[in-house]
Amino acid sequence: MNEILIMILCTLGALFILIASFGIYKMPDFYTRLSVTIKAATLGIGCILIAASMHFSDFSVTTKAFAIILFLILTSPVAGFLIGRVAYRTGTRLWKFSIMDELKKDQVERSEKERLKKKALKKAKTEDSENQ
Amino acid sequence: MNVENYLMYGVMPIICLALFFIMMRFFKGPQIVDRVVALDLLITIGVGFIALFSLITDNPVFLDVAMILALIAFLSTVAFSYYISKIKKK
Repeated sequence: MNEILIMILCTLGALFILIASFGIYKMPDFYTRLSVTIKAATLGIGCILIAASMHFSDFSVTTKAFAIILFLILTSPVAGFLIGRVAYRTGTRLWKFSIMDELKKDQVERSEKERLKKKALKKAKTEDSENQ
Repeated sequence: MNVENYLMYGVMPIICLALFFIMMRFFKGPQIVDRVVALDLLITIGVGFIALFSLITDNPVFLDVAMILALIAFLSTVAFSYYISKIKKK
């Protein structure tokens, strides 16, 4: 029973990893590639590590395996967010068929706000110098 | 059918195929960010590879290496993103 469960979990994990790799190979632009890899890889590694903890059924090994799973689940979204943000800032293009770009609108609004702020600052400075 | 044999001849080839696809992307990747993501995924799958290997050889010591590798994957991605944002700003 235990062995069958281990086999099923390992196969499931390997299939998730295969889907992630196929996604990173076939997807058309950087952002879709990023979204495919993070989810599938985390799930696949989780399945394989749970299978390992079932096979050894030892307290220290189980703790280690679950620590790795927790660490991966915590860190891989953060890493994906960071690299996606840097890619957008450095001007990676979106796919030509993508329909939404909310960050662009956000950035335009922010730059407008900064421009107004700079203008007000300049105005205050000139008024100051005139008063002196 | 033995579990070790199944893992060796059934599951390992699937993961090797996955590693092959990711290596293709790593060599092809049009930009540097694509390569960074491919490298991150390569190391993450290395963790799973090591876990499977420790299952096959029935030796739980290898899981320590997997833990360190998971740490290094996160660190390398953060460092690369910092580096890219610095060089593109100039």
